[in-house]
Amino acid sequence: MAQRSIVVDHVVKEFTMSYHRTMKQKLVASVRRLPLQEHFIAVNDVSFTVDQGEAVGLMGLNGSGKSTLLKLINGVMRPDKGKVLTRGRIAGLIATGAGFHPQMTGRENLYLNSAILGMSEAETNRKFEQIVEFADIGRFLDTPVSHYSSGMYARLGFSIAVHVDADIFLADEVLAVGDRPFKKKCLAKMQEIRQQGTTIFYVSHATASVRSMCDRVLVLEKGHLMFDGDVDEGIHFLQYDDDEESDEGLDSLADEELGSEV
Amino acid sequence: MRAANKRTDDSDDREVDERAKAAKKARRLVRKNADAMPVVEAVGGPQAERIVNAELVEPAPRGGIVEALSQRYVLHLIARRMLAQMYANSVLGLLWSYVQPAMRFAVYYLVFGFVFHTHLGTPYFALHLFTGIVFVHLFTEAWSQGTRSIWTNRSLVQKLRIPREVFPIAAIEVAALHTLPQAVLLTLFCIIAGWHLTVSAVLAGLLGFLIIAVFATAMGVLFSALNVYYRDFQNIVGTLLQFMHFLVPMMYPFGRIWRIGLLHPLFYQLYMANPVANGVVLLQQLFWYSLVEHKHRLHVLAGRTAPPDMWMRGIIVLIACVIFLVFAQRVFRRLESKFPERL
Repeated sequence: MAQRSIVVDHVVKEFTMSYHRTMKQKLVASVRRLPLQEHFIAVNDVSFTVDQGEAVGLMGLNGSGKSTLLKLINGVMRPDKGKVLTRGRIAGLIATGAGFHPQMTGRENLYLNSAILGMSEAETNRKFEQIVEFADIGRFLDTPVSHYSSGMYARLGFSIAVHVDADIFLADEVLAVGDRPFKKKCLAKMQEIRQQGTTIFYVSHATASVRSMCDRVLVLEKGHLMFDGDVDEGIHFLQYDDDEESDEGLDSLADEELGSEV
Repeated sequence: MRAANKRTDDSDDREVDERAKAAKKARRLVRKNADAMPVVEAVGGPQAERIVNAELVEPAPRGGIVEALSQRYVLHLIARRMLAQMYANSVLGLLWSYVQPAMRFAVYYLVFGFVFHTHLGTPYFALHLFTGIVFVHLFTEAWSQGTRSIWTNRSLVQKLRIPREVFPIAAIEVAALHTLPQAVLLTLFCIIAGWHLTVSAVLAGLLGFLIIAVFATAMGVLFSALNVYYRDFQNIVGTLLQFMHFLVPMMYPFGRIWRIGLLHPLFYQLYMANPVANGVVLLQQLFWYSLVEHKHRLHVLAGRTAPPDMWMRGIIVLIACVIFLVFAQRVFRRLESKFPERL
């Protein structure tokens, strides 16, 4: 019987968006009877549990609350209602590189980020070589990270996260930054981590990749958990596989929408 | 009845419509991204079972200031990050934190010493002034940097799992780092001038330092959270701090305030309600009054050097500051839950 790794119990997270920041704007808005702020429920009554060692794919459209859910599990945010419980150390790739300070060198940022992910100084020292080697930033290690390319940024961030030896590993879509060989290297590393019995949470739209990485899929839609189960069924569900006929009819609609987006 | 029915039909239709749209969107997204990520097959062999020796706990930290203080290593690294931020592209770097107080000292010494003659009747006026400058500088910097700390480090705050109180507290560490060499300098001057240390003087200094440290922490924690909501607070703090140098007895002796207090007790009580003023008076007992020779003491005492109820007052102020710190922590926690959408 595997241990419970993550428990998410009726979790709700609501955001308040203020439209106006200065007093003048607020005054004008209230005179015109415009709304001053709006509530927006990003995650709505979501419940599930994950056992240690499971690899879960989190899918859904953009804005369906995937990142918020990940942040709640990571502990960066607290749920407004309900409860999130996790066991052990969490490492994540939520917005890689954010938190790097441009004026500090790669080495200094490496130490700071490792510390934030819960590594002690001794542990960082021990893994330093491995991290640098995996990140493959070579002689740029002692250059301020403001001189790094976005690929190098992502590589260093990912490299730190995978070397934490976490019990739960969270990977957001941001992995998509790097080039293809690097992506491949990252995913191989994640498979390795998965093999070691770490719980994995993988957010991606890439169905093929999710199929190979995960043994369970969660699908979010507008903050609600719509599907929880087998990978293929989940991907099937996500595509809303209804009849082909209606597909034709919808094409014109979708094109219109696309036009407005462009 | 009919109308109501129709309306629900309408909204049902709209829902179906929206769902169809979402479906279309999803299909397009999936088709476009199906091969966005390379496929890496799972490592062969059975998966290792990992036993985690920990309880199921909430991932978000709840320890507040106490937990923040216990994470020495992270605190230290964040303080270093702040220093790097502060002195990015500056030639003098850390030296700037000494240039400013040195200039201030020179100006105050000349204006108040030679123009207003406040040094008359105050032996070792330079040290009297310098004590004030050092510790007011500590407070000023801790509060103003603390207020800005969360906003300027917002990229880090958003991915951080440790308590966010580390930022205002790291700001205090930075302020302490800046003032430490000045305090060493002050001690050195005192030793050269001939220091007669007594137990009560040391205790007074300690009490004064504690008052300033606790008060600065409370103000930093409280205002760092408020500043996330309205950036006006960092300007308010900046404005208030301009007065701080005049609101503590350093350019003029405490005796003057005491004399005014005999006529206007309310003024005196308001003046002494400022924890920083109390702190400075107590610290002067250590760094200045213990230098003054006995024959001068009577002369000085024509005005007083400290309130007669110095100890009682100091302890009460310290307790009040601790209560204020608890209050600041509570406010911080309430405001903190809305940080992610405000940053």
